[in-house]
Amino acid sequence: MTRRSLRTSAAIGAGRVTGWLSRITGRGQGATISGRVINALAPNALAQLAAGQRVALVSATNGKTTTTRLLAAAVARTGEPVVSNATGANLTSGIAPILARARARGVAVLEVDERVVPRVVDPLGVELLVLGNLSRDQLDRYGEVHAVGDLWRHAAETHPDLRVVANASDPHVVWAATPAKTTWVALGLGWRNDAATCPNCAALLRWSADRFDCPSCGFGQPATPNRLDGDGLVLDGTRVPLRLALPGRWNLANAALAVTAAATHFGVDAHDAAEAAATITTVAGRYMTIALPDGRRARVLLAKNPAGWSEVLHHLSDRDCSVVIAVNARVADGKDPSWLWDVPYELLRGQPVAAAGERALDVAVRLRYAEVDHIVEHDALEAAAKLPGDDVNIVSSYTQFSSLYRRFR
Amino acid sequence: MSAARDSTVRVGLVYPELLGTYGDRGNAVVLVQRLRWRGLDAELVEVTAGAPIPDSLDVYLFGGGEDDPQVMASAGMRASRAAIDRARAGGAAVLAVCAGFQLIGHSYAAADGTMIDGLGLVDAVTRAGPNRLIGELVVDPDPPLPILTGFENHGGRTTLGPSERPLGRVVARNGSRGEPEGLLGERLIGTYMHGPVLPRNPALADHILAWVVGDLAPLDSTREEQLRAKQLHAGSARGVRRWWQERVLARG
Repeated sequence: MTRRSLRTSAAIGAGRVTGWLSRITGRGQGATISGRVINALAPNALAQLAAGQRVALVSATNGKTTTTRLLAAAVARTGEPVVSNATGANLTSGIAPILARARARGVAVLEVDERVVPRVVDPLGVELLVLGNLSRDQLDRYGEVHAVGDLWRHAAETHPDLRVVANASDPHVVWAATPAKTTWVALGLGWRNDAATCPNCAALLRWSADRFDCPSCGFGQPATPNRLDGDGLVLDGTRVPLRLALPGRWNLANAALAVTAAATHFGVDAHDAAEAAATITTVAGRYMTIALPDGRRARVLLAKNPAGWSEVLHHLSDRDCSVVIAVNARVADGKDPSWLWDVPYELLRGQPVAAAGERALDVAVRLRYAEVDHIVEHDALEAAAKLPGDDVNIVSSYTQFSSLYRRFR
Repeated sequence: MSAARDSTVRVGLVYPELLGTYGDRGNAVVLVQRLRWRGLDAELVEVTAGAPIPDSLDVYLFGGGEDDPQVMASAGMRASRAAIDRARAGGAAVLAVCAGFQLIGHSYAAADGTMIDGLGLVDAVTRAGPNRLIGELVVDPDPPLPILTGFENHGGRTTLGPSERPLGRVVARNGSRGEPEGLLGERLIGTYMHGPVLPRNPALADHILAWVVGDLAPLDSTREEQLRAKQLHAGSARGVRRWWQERVLARG
C-alpha cells in the first residue's frame, strides 16, 4: 500500500477526535464530521486511503444501503478483510473515515450518493460499480432523474474498463451502464413513472409486462439470463433461493443484485452469497423494532420517495397491520412533500393509520382525499402507541428515520 | 358547459407519465373528491401519453415535467389542439402547472437554445432563467381568492402579454416579492405552484369547480386550511411577517 503522507495521517487523527467529540456530545454518529475534517485537511486523502483496497461502489435511488450491507456480507465469505460504510454515510465525507480504518489490503464495499459516483471513481480506483435503480427523489436537491442517469453514463464512458453490475429492468440504469463492461440482472421495476421516455432519444418507451424498448431508436432492455424470479435469483441458468430475513419484494431485488455482484465479480459461490445475505436482519436501523410505552413493539421502515413507498405499501396492505406515516420535509428528505400524491395510500383503507412527523398535516390531507381514516399525532412514537394491534409499522422519511435510529439503536 | 354531456364531471389528467413529476395527480384527485363529497358525479380520466386528448373533458390538467417529457407532451398537446379548443368553447376549464403552464403559452426557450412550441392558449412566452427557483411560494391573488401557497421548482421565467392578467403577486419567494405569478384567464389558471396546489389551496380548487358546475355547496375544509395556515407561516419569511400580520390576517 502507498504510505500515507504525514498530512493524511494527521488529518485522520484530527478526524477521529472530531468524530469522537460528535458522538460524546450526542450531535451525531461522528462519521460525516470526521470525514469532513479529513477531506479538508488532506484533499488527497481519499486516493491514499483507497490504495491497496479493491473498491466496489453501490448506488441507487432506493436500496443502496441494504445492497451494500448484503454485498459486504457476501464478499466477506472470500475471507478477505472487508470494510463498508454501514451507517449509510455516503458522501466523500462518509467514505474517508471508513477507509482510514481499513487493513493494508482488502475489499471496500462502499455505498455512495447518486451524485457523488462520478467524483470518486478515479480517486478511489473503483473496480466495480453496482447500480440499482433511479427514480424521483428530493427533486429540489437532486434535480431531474435523467440528469443523474447522464452523470453515471459519463462515468462509464470515461472509464471503459470499469466493471459494472446493473439492473437491466431500469431504463435510466441501462442507459448509464451500457458503455461499460456490464453484467446485467433483470430485477423488475415496480415504479415506472420516471421512465416514460427513452433516455437516448426522448421518444415514448414501450412497456410490456416486464420489458421495455424504444420503438424509435431501438434502445431497450439488454438480453441477460440473469433475473430475479419470485424469491430466487436465476444466475447463468442456476436458480439460487434467496431466503431473506429482510421483508418485501424490494429486498429480494437488493439481494439479487448483491449476490450477482459477489458471484460474478468477487468469485463468491452464489449459494454462499445468498446464505450470507440471509443472515442480515436489520440494516442501519431499517426493520429494527422499538419498544412502545405499553410494552408492544413497533417496526421501523424507511420510505423516502414514491418508488420506495409503493413497494412498502404493497407489503403493508397485504396484511391487517397498523401504519404510522411519519414525514418530514427537511433538506435530507426533500423540502417538497408533493410526492405524497404519487403514492397510492388508498391501499391502506380499512387499516389503522396515523399521520405523523413535521409534515403530518400534508400526510393528513393526502389521507383525507384517499378516504383513509386516520389520526394525526406529530410524534411518531406517540402515534404508534395510539394504534392497535401487535403489528405496528412506522414508515418514516429520512430524517424521521434517522432520529428514531439515533434514539433506539 | 360542454355540449351533449351527461351529468358526470370529467376531470382530465393529461399525460400523467410525462406531466406528473411533482405529485400533479393530486390536483385531479382533489377536484374529483370535492365534487363527489358534494354528491355530484365525477370521474378522473387519464389521458395516457401518445393518446389523443379528447374534447369531452370538463377540466384539463396539465402538470409539471422534466425537459424530454415536456417535448413529448408539447407534440401531443399541439396535435390535439382542435379538440382542446372545442372543449374550451364548450366551457371546459384548464389548470396548467409549471411545465404545463409553459406549454399553454406560445413557446419555451430552453437553456440549451431548444425552442419548445406551446399551445398558444394564452399570450405568454417562457425562457430559461439564470437559475432554478426552488422553495415555498406565497402568492396574493385578487379577491375572492385567498392568499395561495405552493412549492416551486423550475428554471423558466414566463412573461405575459399585455392583455393577460397574472394570478397574483408574489408575497414570498426566496426573499424576493412583488413580481407577478401565474395567469388567470377565462376559466383558465396557469401557475408555478406545486404542492400540489389544489390540496394546499381548497378555495382555488372550488374556484375552478365553480366554473364548471356553477354554485357549490359548502364543504368542510378544516384540515386543508390548517395545512394552508401552517405553510403560509413557513413560506412567509421574516421580512414579510409584518405584512402577513397586517394584510393576510386582516383578510382572513
